[in-house]
Amino acid sequence: MELFDDFPSMGRKDLVDLKKGIDFAFRDFSRDNGEAIEGFFDPLMYFMVWFEKLLMAAPWPIMILIFAILAWLGARSIGIVIGTIVSFLAIGYFGMWEDTMATVAIISVATFLCIGLGIPLGILMSRSNRVQATVTPVLDIMQTIPSFVYLIPVVMLLGIGKVPGLIAVCIYALPPIVRLTNLGIRLVDKEVLEAAESFGSNYRQKLFDVQIPLALPNIFAGVNQTIMMALAMVVIASMIGVKGLGVPVLRAVSNQYLALGLMNGLAIVALAVIFDRVSQEYGKRLQKHRQGGHGV
Amino acid sequence: MSDVKVSIKNLYKIFGPNGGAMVSKVENGATKTSLQAEHKHVLGLNNVNIDIPARRIQVIMGLSGSGKSTLIRHLNRLIEPTSGEILVDGEDVLAMSAEELRNFRRNRMSMVFQKFALLPHRTVIDNVGYGLKIKGVDKAEMNERSQKWIDRVGLAGFENNYPAQLSGGMQQRVGLARALATDAEILLMDEAFSALDPLIRNDMQDILLDLQEELHKTIIFITHDLDEALNIGDNIVILRDGAVIQQGSPQEIVLDPADDYVRDFIKDINRARVLDVSAVMEASSSDSGLEFASTVILEDAMPAMVKADVTHANVMRDGEVIGKVTLAAMIGAIARPESNDEEQVTYR
Repeated sequence: MELFDDFPSMGRKDLVDLKKGIDFAFRDFSRDNGEAIEGFFDPLMYFMVWFEKLLMAAPWPIMILIFAILAWLGARSIGIVIGTIVSFLAIGYFGMWEDTMATVAIISVATFLCIGLGIPLGILMSRSNRVQATVTPVLDIMQTIPSFVYLIPVVMLLGIGKVPGLIAVCIYALPPIVRLTNLGIRLVDKEVLEAAESFGSNYRQKLFDVQIPLALPNIFAGVNQTIMMALAMVVIASMIGVKGLGVPVLRAVSNQYLALGLMNGLAIVALAVIFDRVSQEYGKRLQKHRQGGHGV
Repeated sequence: MSDVKVSIKNLYKIFGPNGGAMVSKVENGATKTSLQAEHKHVLGLNNVNIDIPARRIQVIMGLSGSGKSTLIRHLNRLIEPTSGEILVDGEDVLAMSAEELRNFRRNRMSMVFQKFALLPHRTVIDNVGYGLKIKGVDKAEMNERSQKWIDRVGLAGFENNYPAQLSGGMQQRVGLARALATDAEILLMDEAFSALDPLIRNDMQDILLDLQEELHKTIIFITHDLDEALNIGDNIVILRDGAVIQQGSPQEIVLDPADDYVRDFIKDINRARVLDVSAVMEASSSDSGLEFASTVILEDAMPAMVKADVTHANVMRDGEVIGKVTLAAMIGAIARPESNDEEQVTYR
C-alpha cells in the first residue's frame, strides 16, 4: 500500500513555491513599510537610548543609593535593602556595572510597556467572553512559540537594535500580566459587585472602586511574573543587538569561557532575585488589610 | 392602614434562553417541574403580587430555592424580570433608563447583603461612606454623615479598622450603616442576618427594630427563618417555588396557615410569643380583677395570671372591656397543632 508508506504530502515544488511566496511577500512588505514602522518606533528608541545612557552615566554610588531606596519603598525590609546593596557592589567589583545598567534599563522599559498594554487588555478580556476567547490562544502562541521564530520577521522589519529587542522581550513577557489581570477581575466577589451596583455605581466607579482594587493581588502577581519573564529574555535579546548582560553570556557560550558565562549569569540571577523579592513584598503589603485580628 | 410604597404586579421571572415565550405556558398551568422537564427553563418567580406598605417591615420568607433572593433583586433591577410591573411610589422601575435607574439606586433604595459585601480594602468609615461617594458627596460631609451612622450602629472607635479585623456581627453593622447612610427611604435586606450566629442575630434584630422605631423606613427583609420573620415583621409573605402562598400579619399566619407547607413551617415556633390576648379572647367579661391590653402577648399574659392566681382576665382596648381570656384557652392556643407527643401523656 503506497498510500500508507508515503504521507500524501504537498509536492516538493509546490511547497518551495509556497514558502517563497510567503517570504517574498513579507520581504516586499518590509521593504515598502519598514521605514514607516521604524519611524513609528523612533520616539521609543530615543527614549531607550536616553534612559540607558542616563543609568550608565550616573555615578555608581548614587545609583546604588537609588536602588536601595527603591528596594526600601517596595519591600520595607532591611534585609532586602542590604542584599540589594551587596549585590550591586559585587556586580560592580567584578566589572559588570555597565552591562547591568543596560539590562536594568531594558527590563524597566519592557516592564512598564507590558503593564501599560497588558492591564487594559486584561480588563477588556474580563469584560467579554468573546474577547477572552480570541485573546487567550494568541497569548498561548506568544508564550510557547520559540523566540527565534518571531525574531525573524521582527528583524526583517526593524533590523537589529534596541526596539526589535524590546519587542521580542515584550512578546514573551506580556502574557502573564494580561492573564492575571483578566483572572483577578473575574474572581472579584460577585456579591461585592452586586453591592456596588445596588448603590448606583456606573461602569467607571465599579472598575476603579471595586474591580481593580480587589484584583490587585493577582494583577501584582502578573507584574512580578512579567519582570521575571523579561529577565529570562535578556540573552536572546542580546542576539539582536540589545546591550546588557546577555552579550558577555553569548560570547562565553561561543568561546567556552566558563568564568565569564558564570559571572554574568549570576548577575542576571541577582537582578532577578532582587526584582522578585521587592515586587513580592510590595504585593504582600498591598494585601495587608486582608489579615484579620481585632483592634490592629 | 398605611399607603403602599412598593407594588409588585404580575411579576414573572423565567430563567433560560427563551423565558418570554414560557410565561403563557406558566399562566396555563405549567409548574416549576414540568417547565424544567419539558422546556429546560427554570421558573424563578410565578405571578407575584405584593403591595408593600410604607414605613413598615415587610418580611418575605421561604426556603432556599423559593425565589426570595430573586424577588428582592428585582426591586432594584439587579435582575431583570421576564414580565410584570414594579411600582415604587407609583413610578415604574422597569421603565427607567440606565441613568434614571442609577439615580434611583443612589437615592431611594439601598441594600444589605447576606455575606456583608464590604470592600475589603477600605476602612469602616470609607465603607459606610461608599454610597455617598458614589453619589458624589464631598469628603468632609461624607465622613461626617458616615460617623453619625457608625455611632448609631454602635461601632464608634472602629472607624479606621478594615472589615477583616471585625467579627461577622460587626461587619454586618457596617453593612447596615452603609445602607442607612444614603438616606434612602427603602431598605432591602437580603438574608442580612442569616450568616450570623443566633445570639448575634437576635442582637441585630433588636438594633434593626430600635432604628426602625426612629427612622420609619420601608424595609423589605428576606429570611428563611420563621422566628426572625415573626420577631421583626409587620407583614409576612411566604413564597414557595416562586409563587406567593400566603401573606398577612404574623398572627394571621400562625392562626390560619393557608396550606400544609405553611403549617409545616409554623409547627415548631413559639406561638406564645406571636399571639396576643385578643387572638384567643371570647365575648364575655371576667370578674378576676386582672386586665390586659389587647396587644399583650400570651408569653407575658400567662405568667401574670399564674402569679395573680386567677384563671381568667379581661382584655381591654381604649379603657373598655372587649372580651375575656381564660388560661385554658391560652394553653389550647399555644399547643402545637397535630402534636405527636400524645403517646407520652397518660391519664390516670
